[in-house]
Amino acid sequence: MSPENYLHLAALLFTIGACGVLLRRNAIVVFMSIELMLNAANLALVTFSRMHGNLDGQIMAFFVMVVAAAEVVVGLAIIVMVYRSRHSASVDDASLMKL
Amino acid sequence: MESLIGLLVAAPLLGAALLLVGGRRLDRFGHWLATGLAALSFTLAAVLFVDMLGRDGGDRALSQHLYSWVPVNGFQADIAFQLDQLSMTFVLLITSVGTLIHLYSVGYMEHDVRRRRFFAYLNLFLAAMLILVLADNYLLLYVGWEGVGLASFLLIGFWQHKPSAATAAKKAFVVNRVGDVGLAIAIFLMFSTFGTFAFSPVLSDAEQASEGTLTAIGLMLLLAACGKSAQVPLQSWLGDAMEGPTPVSALIHAATMVTAGVYLVVRSGAIFDGAPAAQTVVVVVGAVTLLFGAIVGCAKDDIKKALAGSTMSQIGYMMLAAGLGPIGYVFAIMHLVTHGFFKAGLFLGAGSVMHGMNDEVDMRRYGGLRKYMPVTFVTMGLGYLAIIGFPYLSGFFSKDEIIYAAFGKGGTEGWILGGVTLLGAALTAYYMTRIMLMTFFGEKRWVKDAEGKDPHPHESPLSMTVPMIVLAVGSVGAGFVFNLNHSFVDWLSPVVATADGNSPVSHGMVSVLATVLMLVGVGAAWFQYGRRPIPEVAPTGVWITRAARRDLLQDDFNHAAFVTPGSYLTRGLVYVDHKLVDGVVNGTAAGFGGLSGRLRKVQNGFARSYAASMFGGAAILIAVTLLMRAV
Amino acid sequence: MSTMTALSTLAAETSTSGGEAVQFWILAPIAVAGGLGTILMRRAVYSALCLAGTMVILALFYLANGAYFLGVVQIVVYTGAVMMLFLFVLMLVGVSAADSLKETIKGQRIATAAMGLGLGILLIAGIGQASVGSFTGLAEANSQGNVEGLASLLFTRYMVAFEVTGVLLTVAAVGATMLTHREKIERSKSQREQAEARVKDGTQVPPLPAPGVYARHNAVDIPGLLPDGTPSPLTVSATLHERDQVREVHTEALGALAALEQRTADHQGRSASVSGALGSGSTTGKAGTTTPAATGTDGDGGDNGRRDDGDGDEAEEAGK
Repeated sequence: MSPENYLHLAALLFTIGACGVLLRRNAIVVFMSIELMLNAANLALVTFSRMHGNLDGQIMAFFVMVVAAAEVVVGLAIIVMVYRSRHSASVDDASLMKL
Repeated sequence: MESLIGLLVAAPLLGAALLLVGGRRLDRFGHWLATGLAALSFTLAAVLFVDMLGRDGGDRALSQHLYSWVPVNGFQADIAFQLDQLSMTFVLLITSVGTLIHLYSVGYMEHDVRRRRFFAYLNLFLAAMLILVLADNYLLLYVGWEGVGLASFLLIGFWQHKPSAATAAKKAFVVNRVGDVGLAIAIFLMFSTFGTFAFSPVLSDAEQASEGTLTAIGLMLLLAACGKSAQVPLQSWLGDAMEGPTPVSALIHAATMVTAGVYLVVRSGAIFDGAPAAQTVVVVVGAVTLLFGAIVGCAKDDIKKALAGSTMSQIGYMMLAAGLGPIGYVFAIMHLVTHGFFKAGLFLGAGSVMHGMNDEVDMRRYGGLRKYMPVTFVTMGLGYLAIIGFPYLSGFFSKDEIIYAAFGKGGTEGWILGGVTLLGAALTAYYMTRIMLMTFFGEKRWVKDAEGKDPHPHESPLSMTVPMIVLAVGSVGAGFVFNLNHSFVDWLSPVVATADGNSPVSHGMVSVLATVLMLVGVGAAWFQYGRRPIPEVAPTGVWITRAARRDLLQDDFNHAAFVTPGSYLTRGLVYVDHKLVDGVVNGTAAGFGGLSGRLRKVQNGFARSYAASMFGGAAILIAVTLLMRAV
Repeated sequence: MSTMTALSTLAAETSTSGGEAVQFWILAPIAVAGGLGTILMRRAVYSALCLAGTMVILALFYLANGAYFLGVVQIVVYTGAVMMLFLFVLMLVGVSAADSLKETIKGQRIATAAMGLGLGILLIAGIGQASVGSFTGLAEANSQGNVEGLASLLFTRYMVAFEVTGVLLTVAAVGATMLTHREKIERSKSQREQAEARVKDGTQVPPLPAPGVYARHNAVDIPGLLPDGTPSPLTVSATLHERDQVREVHTEALGALAALEQRTADHQGRSASVSGALGSGSTTGKAGTTTPAATGTDGDGGDNGRRDDGDGDEAEEAGK
């Protein structure tokens, strides 16, 4: 079993998440795609940790999780706010700032 | 005694400030305040004059240094006054005539709602004129020079509700500006040549400067003098300046301000003495203006414009005399003073006539007024006799001296100049006789004015007749007093260079010739205007008459020479500005606008679109990193 | 629990065993499928469930990689708490609202495909280019236990970062509260005032009519019928109208009723005209006219329901 397998998986999941961000219009799904990307990064970090034989990678993944949690809280709050005022959770509807 | 000089200037300045700032509460007595301050100024001048007479010729000059205006190393501009005999002559003329005209204006402007402002301007003019003649350096002289220009502008345009007056004021201002540029350049040249512009060092060092420099300074000073004194080629404003109230025409545009140019030339005599070329130009200008003004004066039907032409012509005499150098300086000043008296008197008389004739100025609508306005007739008649050079009246002395000095130039020039001045004397007699005949003699040609009121000529009030009487006395006696024992020549000789000319004609001969020519002029005028009735509509006349009625085409010339090319130039510049400059600017703007309009499409407002660019950028960064590692 | 121990012993070994490879090759495709599901499912709830599945599998991979603490946290915090939060918000926003799959931004799909492909290729190329080597193993690092190892690092070398993260969480909590908080700027109305306002506005004062007279399924989503047989939209909750979930069964029901009466009449030998006099005759006629229009599309759910609704409104107005 080589670390490359895990890393390839992480890259694949990251790319899938990125495509999700670009494709989906529902803000919540976009958010979930971002979570997917973060998780892919976490997988890579954990793999690196095992590769190098120390726990720094895991610490990093831990911090990513914490920050992701904070981000989710604030992001979902914003989505709820937007939904309340515009009755829509579509990111395309929030396009009034253009010229 | 020196401190009185400052007060002399301060009194009218204070009056102007008070009247302009004081507001309506001064309306009731403001004119008397102004007149009183002018009289105070005259009193001070008289005191100083008596004091001056008490000293010897050599140390009569006084000076007062008020403060250093710009005290910079190598550049010393002072507010300092210098009162010598030349300045004194002017101060006496300005304050005396000025006071009389203030008095006259009290009556003349009685019904004008803006009378207070009028007197404020008159006081301002007096102060500026006194600064002009009392300054001990060219820079302060320039201050006064601009000050009288301002006062002249304000007073010509005093009845600014009339478009003609507003235009005339602007015209005077613009033409004067041309001359003022000349004075400014002359001062620059002086400073770069002598390192100072105070009179005494400049004039005493004048001999050390090169002739070229002196010629340049002289020509620039002459340009300034031409502007202020309405000499050819800057003469066009004076006729239109008659749009101002008549006292203004009398004070500023006949007696005092227009003679400032002569003062400048005489004061700068040392410079002109070192520049014969410039002197020649001065003489030519004077001679041309002399004839120019006289011809215009012969043709005008407007009494004030006819007198304005006469003023121009008489200043031409002075300028010619000033250009003759030491043989003429004194007589230029002498004619200036006598002219100040009789021309002011004539203008006041004209004002009195207009006052009685519902402000009618066309002489063809006067006639037979001598019975109705006896005082005006007599005072104007005395002024008339003085100006035409009737023997033993003031004009006789001063003008004959100038003619004699013109012959004294010597050689062909002397003959030409003498002939011109004699011709001028004949013309003077002709046009002045014409004015008198058309105004006071013949039958009545009165018409109703615009409001349908019949004119009912009457003698003017006392406040107007008294100044006229005083000035008439001056016109009669001044020349005689001046000529008594050469008193005027002796008086000025310590400060103004004098010399005897070598005239081929004797003094007596000149007097006889001048008198004969004067009689010829009077006869010609009587032949034309006194012997037969005057048509109410001017006959077409010969070509010279028609040209003279249009001021010898001065405005047409200016239009063709300056206005038309100028407007073509500006039109061209506007075209270039619109097409080229604006084209470049607008083109650049339009280019960027178009580019932005296309780039704007990228900013479509969709967050996903922006995210796509972010991912694209990230992908490119990764690609670049990998490539760099691979290389 | 026993599988977890097995997995952990598996991961602790430095040498890669065949067991881990088997596990990887089974779970990794599922994780990828979950990820694809997340971004491709039309309904957001399915997306969330797919994501949760992927996360659980990732948690297993963490465990396999010796990150026991993170594995547990992944399941408890991520899959448990965060994903529940997502579902919670989804419920709030509208659980069944499906995304239209029509792309609105020109060229977005093509760009996404190109970029996704490019990014994937680049990442994989980068991994291939790097000298990854083999696992060192965490046996030494985890010798005191994984949690203890993490803790000793976290509270020594990463102390500051840890504290800052704590502050960040606090700020996030406060921020979320702030964002969703609605300031009440005027006194709330008393019951009397509410009642008076309602009367003044002329809105429905008595309770709304009940839905579903001829209920068969879930009666709440079926509009009740007015005496003349037309359905009243007032009887169905506005939320259901909003979501297009109102069902129109009254035409079927009326048809069935008419058929029943017909059969009864036939059976009793009475004429149909007599049955018309029974009071439901007018509704029968009505149903007869609407049925041909409704039958063709009736099985097809929401959209038609709304259109029928509109018809009902018109009929109601006509009835008045």
